[in-house]
Amino acid sequence: MSTTTLTPAGPAPASSGRTRRRTAARSGGVGGLGLGLVTLWLSIIVLLPLAALAAKSLDGGLGAFWDSVSSRQAVSALKFTIVVSVIVAVVNAVAGLAIAWTLVRDDFPGRRIVNAVIDLPFAMPTIVAGITLLALWGPASPVGVNLAYTQIAVALALLFVTLPFGVRAVQPVLIELDRDMEQAAASLGARPLTIFRRIIFPNLFPAILSGAALSFARAVGEFGSIVLISGNVPFRTQVSSVFIFKQIESDNAGGAAAVAVVLLGVALSMLIALRFIEYWGNRHDV
Amino acid sequence: MKPKILLSTLAAAALLVAGCGGASDDSSGASASSSSGGGGKTSLSLVAYSTPEVVYDEIIPDFQATPEGKGVSFKTSYGASGDQSRAVLAGQKADIVALSLAPDVDKLVPDKLVPADWVTQTEADGGAGGFVTTSLVSFVVRKGNPKGIHGWDDLLKPGVKVVTPNPFTSGAAKWNIMGAYQHGGLAYVKKLLTDHVPVQPKSGREALQTFTGGEGDVLISYEYEYATAVKKGEKNLQLVQPDDTFLIQNPIAATSSTGAAGKAFVKFALGDAAQQHFADWGYRPVNPTVLAKNKSKFPDPKSLKTIADYGGWSKVNDQLFDPDKGSVAKIESDAGVSTAK
Amino acid sequence: MTSSRGAQLSIRFVALAYLAVLLLVPIGIVLYRTFEPGVGEVWSSITTPAATSAFWLTIEITAIAVPLNTVFGIVAALALVRSRMRGKRVFEALIDLPFAISPVVIGLALFLLYGRQGWLGPTLSNAGIQVIFSVPGMVLATIFVCLPFVVREVVPVLREIGDEQEQAASTLGASRWQTFWRITLPAIRWGVAYGVVLSTARAIGEFGAVSVVSGKISGETVTLPLLVENRFSNFDLAGAYAASALMAVIALATLLAMTVLQRKGDAR
Repeated sequence: MSTTTLTPAGPAPASSGRTRRRTAARSGGVGGLGLGLVTLWLSIIVLLPLAALAAKSLDGGLGAFWDSVSSRQAVSALKFTIVVSVIVAVVNAVAGLAIAWTLVRDDFPGRRIVNAVIDLPFAMPTIVAGITLLALWGPASPVGVNLAYTQIAVALALLFVTLPFGVRAVQPVLIELDRDMEQAAASLGARPLTIFRRIIFPNLFPAILSGAALSFARAVGEFGSIVLISGNVPFRTQVSSVFIFKQIESDNAGGAAAVAVVLLGVALSMLIALRFIEYWGNRHDV
Repeated sequence: MKPKILLSTLAAAALLVAGCGGASDDSSGASASSSSGGGGKTSLSLVAYSTPEVVYDEIIPDFQATPEGKGVSFKTSYGASGDQSRAVLAGQKADIVALSLAPDVDKLVPDKLVPADWVTQTEADGGAGGFVTTSLVSFVVRKGNPKGIHGWDDLLKPGVKVVTPNPFTSGAAKWNIMGAYQHGGLAYVKKLLTDHVPVQPKSGREALQTFTGGEGDVLISYEYEYATAVKKGEKNLQLVQPDDTFLIQNPIAATSSTGAAGKAFVKFALGDAAQQHFADWGYRPVNPTVLAKNKSKFPDPKSLKTIADYGGWSKVNDQLFDPDKGSVAKIESDAGVSTAK
Repeated sequence: MTSSRGAQLSIRFVALAYLAVLLLVPIGIVLYRTFEPGVGEVWSSITTPAATSAFWLTIEITAIAVPLNTVFGIVAALALVRSRMRGKRVFEALIDLPFAISPVVIGLALFLLYGRQGWLGPTLSNAGIQVIFSVPGMVLATIFVCLPFVVREVVPVLREIGDEQEQAASTLGASRWQTFWRITLPAIRWGVAYGVVLSTARAIGEFGAVSVVSGKISGETVTLPLLVENRFSNFDLAGAYAASALMAVIALATLLAMTVLQRKGDAR
């Protein structure tokens, strides 16, 4: 299923008008119009609503903003949310790689079925996910564990809903991976672990980070599936999204917006940091 | 290049068309004009909280059989009371609002979505206080009542775990706290929330789900929620009515933008036929005749307090439920600290 | 094989064990609970007028949101990987951001923008365009939550395959569009496919944000997830599970379709 890369018949033609135009932007790019459209789309869909949100958060002035975000409950919820989301992202990175590997490079009975059900946590409405997780890990658990209303339960619920990210981020890259290098290395006597470490992993790294970033982002924003099993105990299992909902329900939309903005700021910083790591890792590539 | 531009334009056009074509959802057009627009057919939008959906499903056809309701079509929306109130504020079309507690309707008054005298108008149709149904704060226990729960004090017995929804994520959950408050004031509420409530689910329905999922010994709930659940097949539950409790009152109002049909519907909902439907599902009718007829189903507790006894919702919301300064908010905050290791 | 038999088996074991515990057992429980009342019950549950209209509405919204998102995703991915652009990292992070926003906040933001007193609400409503509490608002909310998927799936694949083939094509005189259609697109098709599968699953399953902006008007703006929630609230758990099963079927069908299309592409 992997494609073999065609190499040009010879070296690229020497400088000509065409080449100069081509080297100005990499081949296969979208040009100014494409870029403009994408930016416009992003602005309408994402930036505009976020701007409205930011404006609302400053409704009562900076003082009110600070009060809303520095309350003990707000800070505690934020800390818990970030920590548990980071853990979930890391677990997903590892598990996603293992699962994608098994699905692409391995073969076992039922592989197709497993491949098919990976996306179901996405397609499942959050209340059903919540009820099911409660049934599985809660007081009436068939396995005898009762993790409900603990921090572990929150992590489990988040792992459930973010599972597809870790897997599907790596899977297409793994499929497209050029086997030639691996085979060359193997024929030269490299051991499987070395091949993995030196050849496969660096190529997968950006995809793994991508999946981790998405898991993190989703975990930070998740609401429906954890709200039932977490019990929403303040200072223990209350996540920021529930705290924000409390503010909205108490007619404190400005406060809700403020905490949301801070949460987004933190999430954005982590996402940018992840991208920088990705680029740094990629810097030796084409 | 051309096909791409074409694609992008098509995509944008599709979205725009969907926007104008969105009028197909809303047969009375996108304008905020009254519901009796257009020749002939009237359409009424009912925005209500979730639980009475089963009742309105029966009331609406009955209404449509009456002369006032002939030819009237309905668009119904059910959801959490707070969500519905916010939706109407944000522009959701509504002719009748039937929410879980009065503040959710009062919120619509400043923007003139609901007339300032809605209580008087509803009362004129037979709904004392502006309400269409009432109920009682009650306990739901496991069948057989293994922990022997009979009153509020039993909730504080050592080892008893109580499930009640969080009053800050569910406005309607405030009724439960008021039930506790009327029994033993802030001291009781503090002891209850700090020592006996392990989890506070997001809503009443989720609290029931948590309880049936095996958590807790007692669920604080509403009489009608229990009745509806049982009628819908929930098993292994038992209702315990404490001697002293709090009266739950659910408002109904015709909005400012509605016409004769909307007002007629409110009147109908307060009439004998509709009120009997409510009674069948466990809601206490406000209609005195119907209430008397169904008295055996709705015994009176020895002591009953209402929100009026405490100065009304605005006072109570300020004193108890303000997320920053309210006493209950403070109790919840402190409870978090004491249980967090 | 690039790994020893032992390593292969242990990875397989770890991966499958993880999946079994986290995913397969919960899904098994859902399946069991869904069909416990019997297939006939499930069928009648998903053929009620409410379920049918919810089904078609879900399909409609998905059918608008996913293609739009796919086009955006491919174009954005190409821009990020191939074009010279300032602030790429911030751009990428912004694309990921929609996920981090809880549905409640998305609803709030959309209210602030398109609601009765929002920035754009009054203008649009005067122009006769109903965005919120209507399908367009639900489509916007859905696109919002699906935004990153296709981009995130395609970008790593684009980076992996490099642009030598495109360069070769340019040398041979192909236009931008031809290069894209003949070379790039086939090369990224697995990334696009999984991006579409993920977007579709998410679009079908999105509850929170759509719930807030939909108005929950029975028979008109109730999607399948909203129907599930509605049935749950009405103590109709069996009905809720049945509707979820329907959603799972749609998601599986999408994956099947995408896989079949990719295989056909391979065979060519």
